[in-house]
Amino acid sequence: MKAFAALFNTLDASTSTSHKVEAMQRYFAEAPQEDAAWAAYFLAGGRPRQAVPTAVLRRTACEVAGIDDWLFDACYQAVGDLAETIAHVLPPAEASDDAGLAVWAEERLAPLRGQAPEAQADVLRAWWRVLDAPQRFLLTKLIGGGFRVGVSKLLVQRALAQVAGLDAKLVAQRMMGYTDARTPPSPERYAALLAPATQQAAAHGGHPYPFFLAHALDAPVETFDERIGPCGNWLVEWKYDGIRAQAVKRGGVVWLWSRGEELVSEGFPDALAPLAALPDGTVLDGELLVWPEGADQPAPFALLQKRLNRKTLGKKLLSEAPVRFVAYDLLEDGGGDVRAMPQHERRSRLEARLRGSAVALSPLVQAGDWPAYAGLRAASRERGVEGFMLKHRTSAYGSGRTKADGTWWKWKIEPMTADAVLIYAQAGHGRRASVYTDYTFAVWSRAPAGADEAQAVIDAIARREPATDGALQLVPFAKAYSGLTDEEFKRVDRAIRATTLEKFGPVRSVKPTMVFELGFEGIQKSPRHKSGIAVRFPRMLRIRDDKPLHEADTLPTLAALIASGVS
Amino acid sequence: MSAEQDLIVLRPEGLYCPAGDFHIDPWRPVARAVLTHAHADHARVGHGAYLATAISQGVLRARLGADISLQGLVYGESVAINGVRISLHPAGHVLGSAQVRVEHAGRVWVASGDYFVSGVDGDVNATCAPFEPVRCDCFITESTFGLPIYRWRAQQEVMAEINAWWQGNADAGRPSLLLGYSFGKAQRLLAGLDASIGPIVAHGAVETLNAAYRDAGVALPTTQRIDDVPRDELKRALAVAPPAVQGSAWARRLGDASDAFASGWMQLRGARRRQGVDRGFAFSDHADWPGLQHAIAATGAERVIVTHGYEAVMVRWLAEQGLQAQSFETAYGDDAAESAHEVSA
Repeated sequence: MKAFAALFNTLDASTSTSHKVEAMQRYFAEAPQEDAAWAAYFLAGGRPRQAVPTAVLRRTACEVAGIDDWLFDACYQAVGDLAETIAHVLPPAEASDDAGLAVWAEERLAPLRGQAPEAQADVLRAWWRVLDAPQRFLLTKLIGGGFRVGVSKLLVQRALAQVAGLDAKLVAQRMMGYTDARTPPSPERYAALLAPATQQAAAHGGHPYPFFLAHALDAPVETFDERIGPCGNWLVEWKYDGIRAQAVKRGGVVWLWSRGEELVSEGFPDALAPLAALPDGTVLDGELLVWPEGADQPAPFALLQKRLNRKTLGKKLLSEAPVRFVAYDLLEDGGGDVRAMPQHERRSRLEARLRGSAVALSPLVQAGDWPAYAGLRAASRERGVEGFMLKHRTSAYGSGRTKADGTWWKWKIEPMTADAVLIYAQAGHGRRASVYTDYTFAVWSRAPAGADEAQAVIDAIARREPATDGALQLVPFAKAYSGLTDEEFKRVDRAIRATTLEKFGPVRSVKPTMVFELGFEGIQKSPRHKSGIAVRFPRMLRIRDDKPLHEADTLPTLAALIASGVS
Repeated sequence: MSAEQDLIVLRPEGLYCPAGDFHIDPWRPVARAVLTHAHADHARVGHGAYLATAISQGVLRARLGADISLQGLVYGESVAINGVRISLHPAGHVLGSAQVRVEHAGRVWVASGDYFVSGVDGDVNATCAPFEPVRCDCFITESTFGLPIYRWRAQQEVMAEINAWWQGNADAGRPSLLLGYSFGKAQRLLAGLDASIGPIVAHGAVETLNAAYRDAGVALPTTQRIDDVPRDELKRALAVAPPAVQGSAWARRLGDASDAFASGWMQLRGARRRQGVDRGFAFSDHADWPGLQHAIAATGAERVIVTHGYEAVMVRWLAEQGLQAQSFETAYGDDAAESAHEVSA
């Protein structure tokens, strides 16, 4: 654990990619295989289920530190991270412990799950006595299933590949499914990652291929011909708003893998059924979508969410939210890896493979030129899609977000927008702890008659007078915490501190002075919200310094967005 | 006890002793100011007469003007102003820092300014007179790090990490830039550096204060100006500079340096990452949570007034411990997050 905590600290402190890879290489070269197996698992994003409930962690930490709940809360507000708060409130360690990461994960943490809270608390107290603050922090992260560190899976693969003298792409493929929660890491599985390239270990069992990821295309359509060439060079498909998945059919069995490399077959029996008829040695890339029989477009993502993380799937849910797999690429055909073939050739093979099959195929969209595609794209919301995917005819199927083997673009629709007024702020978490980055925004209950009427409402807020029913007021409708640069956050943070009216625990109310343009992906009626409106993925697009407060949007203008049938 | 009888009260100008008609660390101009120490948020220009420790006179005159009316006291020496007895006692924060003891009509109050007491037994600030508890009826305490998450490690351990970081950089042929407040923090860092690793460069703002420390008999390692270190030797050098230097032309003269920031705020990951330096060392001239509790308990005071920092938390905590606790809203320091960059920590 000490060595892994030291590695974590180095990775956490460094902003340099090469330093991070070097640090991981050193660790993998020196660590015993059983520990390295677990380190690779955690670094690549593996998350065992939470072993101890958060409440038990918290309560025990308060007891050991000799502080009450309110004081723990005050600490948490300053730190912004539960594990780090616990690590620091505890008294210093009295001894030390030399057990390796594998012993911790297998012999100590795993048996903890499901034990009585008192037994868990006893064990925690004993461990905290022998771990220093960095190790306690790590321990809580591992226990709570919240371990994250600033390295991408690609970097982990690169470090492992360098240790073993292999091509990183080969390691990437071998690593598919490595972090799946069902099969814990072991020295054997780790050794298989690093085995010499001649030992053919690919395409075995149900393992999928690394997903090829698209880049965002964020440019005016007039520039497309110049930037990416004529539309005839591209295969164009709708961009679906579902769950990216790979369907693997080998040895008579179908596996479904999500992009997070989790095996999700069991959660989608309805999507699985048509795939069973595929011949062995077929791997498809596609999207899981709620799409009722006979409907001409997929249902909103909100419905698919209901199908996630279910222990049991009731008949009612299966009939309300039937899921299908829509295929858009072919990665393995007749048992052979076809990822290096050009896109158009894989597409032809895919169409041939699915002819007469019940598996749905993502259609190609044909138009004469880019402006014509832009016209079609404008109607994306009505079709229940997010825009277009552009795949170059000659593109191979790459690994991860790379342009080395070819290019996929996602050409998403512009978000819906509204101009809203900042009224509450809360400090962020992690690196944004103690900086006000999480904001609540409001719109006017109706259009103010002019600047004077709006100012009167703001003055009343500043005097902390409650709003009168029926009178003009600012109604909160969305929270957002992303979209600004660090510099902009600093600026807004200063403004918030200068205009604070009241502090409620971690939240500050401010005198309204700032208008922001918010973007969001969907808007619908919601009786659970005070405004009667809920928006999806709200984020800040920019600060509207040019916009006076009385020109911010209103509930009626938002209602008009809903009425226009956009979601 | 009613407010009129209080020895020290809060006025718009700052802390005020009505019986003696003087202010302590006032933030607006007053006739007579007693100062705890020479940091800018406690020692301001424009007062009629100043009273401070004799040892801080040099720094005070350099910062506030050579011609100010300033009386210096040695630690423990007392003077009477309007029948109120005033004496100054070591606070362990920076050179010349003091707690102000005020005695009148059988009552004793202590205003402690900023002070350093660590929860680690025996850890004291070696570059100035260490904190001495003073018995009193009412103790006015800071609360910069008044949360239980702030527990300092032994300073020897932290200095060993700083030296190891420097050594690693020197071995890789990379200069080290160590950022810390120029008055107090910089000298504590210098005193703990292992000068055998390489040359030590001091920024001009730091060197001015170094002189004051050396004049007072504090041993610091040899420091050089950046221009006096040959280019190839600079690769093994460590430069101590104030935080404002980060990203400046002065810092660029070091070349491709590894940078680090030494401050109590560096205890937390979020603060370390926001600072945007390679390393953050949690190293403070203020009391940590256990240190605050030790210091308060050692005064024997039944009443405690909390200033700048986590006042609300400390007041509630102290009240739960059975003390009579309240807070003063002062102009020292600032909000927790902002002070990471602007005042000593």
